[in-house]
Amino acid sequence: MNEISVLSIFLAAVFTNNILLTNYLGMCSFLAVSSEVKASAGLGIAVTFVMAVTSVLNWLVEQYILVPLDLVYMRYIVYIVVIAAFVQLVEMIIERVSDSLYAALGIFLPLITVNCAILGATLFIAIREYTLPQAAAYGAGGGLGWAMAIVAMAGIRQKMARSRVPRGLSGAGISLVITGIMALAFIGFSGMIRVN
Amino acid sequence: MSPLETFFVSVGVITAIATGLAFLVVLAEMTIGHYGRMKIDINNGEKLLDVEGGQSLLTTLKEEGIFIPSACGGRGSCGLCTLKVTSGGGDYLPTELAWIKPESREKGIRLSCQIKVKRDMSIEVPSRLFSIKEFSGQVEYIEDLTHDIKRVRIRLTEPADISYKAGQFMQLAVPEYELSSEQVSRAYSMSSAPHETGLVEFMIRLVPNGICTTWVHRYLKEGDRVSLTGPFGEFFLQETSREIICIAGGSGMAPIRSILADIEHRAHAQPEIAARRCRFFFGAVSRRDLFVLDEMQRLEASLPAFTFIPALSAPKPEDAWQGESGLITDVVRKHLGTTGSEVEAYLCGSPGMIKACISVLNECGIPVDRIYYDSFG
Repeated sequence: MNEISVLSIFLAAVFTNNILLTNYLGMCSFLAVSSEVKASAGLGIAVTFVMAVTSVLNWLVEQYILVPLDLVYMRYIVYIVVIAAFVQLVEMIIERVSDSLYAALGIFLPLITVNCAILGATLFIAIREYTLPQAAAYGAGGGLGWAMAIVAMAGIRQKMARSRVPRGLSGAGISLVITGIMALAFIGFSGMIRVN
Repeated sequence: MSPLETFFVSVGVITAIATGLAFLVVLAEMTIGHYGRMKIDINNGEKLLDVEGGQSLLTTLKEEGIFIPSACGGRGSCGLCTLKVTSGGGDYLPTELAWIKPESREKGIRLSCQIKVKRDMSIEVPSRLFSIKEFSGQVEYIEDLTHDIKRVRIRLTEPADISYKAGQFMQLAVPEYELSSEQVSRAYSMSSAPHETGLVEFMIRLVPNGICTTWVHRYLKEGDRVSLTGPFGEFFLQETSREIICIAGGSGMAPIRSILADIEHRAHAQPEIAARRCRFFFGAVSRRDLFVLDEMQRLEASLPAFTFIPALSAPKPEDAWQGESGLITDVVRKHLGTTGSEVEAYLCGSPGMIKACISVLNECGIPVDRIYYDSFG
């Protein structure tokens, strides 16, 4: 167990240990859906929601099924299955109850099933032996941090659409360069808050 | 625990977790995902359908025998399957927005492969789409036209006759095979002429890793049974007296050949069609990419107003090429000069070629609304 306060874990997950910019997880949807602020905000909220809930779910699965049965080495498979089933259920529910919510969030859910940031967050939680409140804080914070990074990126890319980028760099090239510079800035925060 | 116990416990637990979750999802599918019977009203009462909800509108209509044109097979990447939804469509989805212009959004134009039937709906579909049918046929022969283009002739069996306009396309269904785990369909323009009502013919170029083209080139044999739907498309000869310019590259030959063969067939009964001046620019890389030259020569002989102008962009020395060379756009520019607006242009080829040709044609004075082309996504 681990006695860091829930608040500092939350803040660390958002800023100093940003899962996207310091662990480089969830890159594909980050690059694919960051051309427009509105869409990236939708995806960011969906990731935050799914990460927060699956962190808790997988924590429960870990503590009440995997640890007692001594099956911790199977956590990768179990986590993925739990995440996939959860996302599937949420998508079905959203589609049924609200058209506008489905248009804003639901459409991104299939993308999230295979987002490695979600799996990464649950694995960090397990490896760092967080308690349930800590796990919830890390999941919610990690999702928010990811959302913040993608919205920032989308803002930059939207502005960049009107600027002159050298031809060989335009598109994916310049996006990766920008991601690198953002990551450099965030690495400057590393070590400011202890996470484990 | 002994190794054997560990094995059984881990397998058992994983199986139990997976089964439990699968059970939950199935349960949800039966309750949350079950929408029940829905009513779809087409064209204010022209047709009333009673369907099972929960699937996309495109699929639902297809099951009812109404085939909305779609080149990509419902992946939301061609933007062809639009129709007007007057009620029950819900909000626009982000996946639709790229294909539907703001002014069309005000009219309720939707992408039918993206919206699901979740409540009673009212839609408007052009009545001529009701004539689109599912055909089954048998491959009569396959011929190599070039190193990467095959001509495939299909004899229709059920229904045995088809009626279409030269230039239109059909969707060919590709069964499950090595490269695809589900049935998909792809759009191809007919190269045969409409007066041959019992058959359709396509010219299909092998695209590396293309699901349908690989199937046609490597797996399809003479005598095989195939399934097709159609005819679709707004690409056909306009009934005017304007001069005609056709531009094609590669397998884009198909619809142009169909239009030309149709003109030839109708020439006797309608001399005014045969009198329209018609120039056909065909772009290829080198001699080995040219095909059906004999047919073009025959057409030139029987239609005095028709000229075939092949152009090679990179003729090889051994080709001993005497004809036009250079990019097709340069050749077109050279021949057209400033022809003015009394010309219609028919284009078929890669999106890049079409885009480049449109700007050249505009320079030559042909307005955009007299340039016709299919865009396959």
